[in-house]
Amino acid sequence: MEAQNTTDMKMILEAALLTSPTPLSLDDMRRLFAERIERATLNMLLDELKVDWETNPQKCTMELVQVATGYRLQAKSQYLPFLARLSPEKPQRFSRAAMETLAIIAYRQPVTRGDIEQIRGVAVNPNIIRQLQERDWIDVVGQRDVPGRPSLYATTKHFLDDLSLRSLQELPPIEEFTQAELSRDIA
Amino acid sequence: MNQLFNTDTKVHLDAKIHGESLTQLPQDLYIPPDALEVYFETFEGPLDLLLYLIRKHNLDILDIPMADLTRQYMQYVEKMRAIKLELAADYLLMSAMLIEIKSRMLLPKPTEIETEDDPRAELVRRLLEYETIKLAAQRLDEMPVVGSEIFVAQAYYQQIVEVAPPMVSLEDLMTAWKAVVQRASHFKHHKIGRAELSVREHMSQILRKLKEHRMMEFSALFDMVEEGVPKLVVHFLAMLELAREGLIKITQQAPFSPIYLQISMQD
Repeated sequence: MEAQNTTDMKMILEAALLTSPTPLSLDDMRRLFAERIERATLNMLLDELKVDWETNPQKCTMELVQVATGYRLQAKSQYLPFLARLSPEKPQRFSRAAMETLAIIAYRQPVTRGDIEQIRGVAVNPNIIRQLQERDWIDVVGQRDVPGRPSLYATTKHFLDDLSLRSLQELPPIEEFTQAELSRDIA
Repeated sequence: MNQLFNTDTKVHLDAKIHGESLTQLPQDLYIPPDALEVYFETFEGPLDLLLYLIRKHNLDILDIPMADLTRQYMQYVEKMRAIKLELAADYLLMSAMLIEIKSRMLLPKPTEIETEDDPRAELVRRLLEYETIKLAAQRLDEMPVVGSEIFVAQAYYQQIVEVAPPMVSLEDLMTAWKAVVQRASHFKHHKIGRAELSVREHMSQILRKLKEHRMMEFSALFDMVEEGVPKLVVHFLAMLELAREGLIKITQQAPFSPIYLQISMQD
């Protein structure tokens, strides 16, 4: 069974995006058409689909977003207050210590436990590392070639997906902060 | 030992100071030492405490008055040590560092070495780096996350598994067939049924054959091997019966030589 024209193809893409539990990569989407589609065509269809969801009043509830591992459809922000009522128990937020640890790993990766301790000035709680690993936000990407061969931690693509980021470049900038603070302090 | 720091960063304000309950964090830098009991667990570590002291004092982070800072810091650490010794190790390390910096600043600088770094530089670098990360952590924490602020489309669909026909070679098929045949043989019953074969009928057949050929070799008489063992047996019985009744004659010239059959000539 094959798609007849681009309208068909767009519909097929939409159905796949709506039903996929994880973001769909371009490779996934090419598999939908048994690889018989050019990447350029695919990108064009995705652009069209994005515009459709933005402008077509029949389907204005979702938006097509690109994240680290591909594309996904997600509810537009105006519906969030309503949707949030369905799950009154918010997933637990990480503690400040965990967020600082995560921030060090995200911005300074790859880092060892020692690096984290150096920046935070306190020993790393192994529970925090485990918590972040269980969330699939960080993982071990190697060992530093020093005595003890400590594990090097980095953030995962899943972390980027969960924060709606396409790459680490899209993390909120922090270098500017230090500069701004410095100039303020000097002034 | 950092368990206490990491479990929760909320301030527990159910504490009492001089008999009065504390409803909010003290605003000034000089926190009554009793309040620290409630307070120091809110810090993420010595850098956090130092930063707090510096910011509360509106001190220039690049020009820290080391004596004041160290004195105040030490007050807290002493109190902390009195309450929870196991918490204080990281803080004590920082105390040592502060005192080292202060003492290096007190040393008279030899005039010829003018380019010596400010002993506070490393502390400032660490404080700034920590503050950067602190802010980064806050920014990350404010970002919408899938599951709480981001709702991803997840329509249901009936999964239909497209079955790919398995590849079968001729050899596979033969192996399978052999296995089937072999297995079937285990289940085959040994049936014993009444054979509807008449010895009399076969006697007539033999007589008819012998009349035609006058004399036959024994084996030629049994040229119906393919018709099955029961028939052969009956045929043999018929032959013996004929011999017994003296209707045929069975002769053999010598041992292992051909056996011949012929109809007995009536005298």
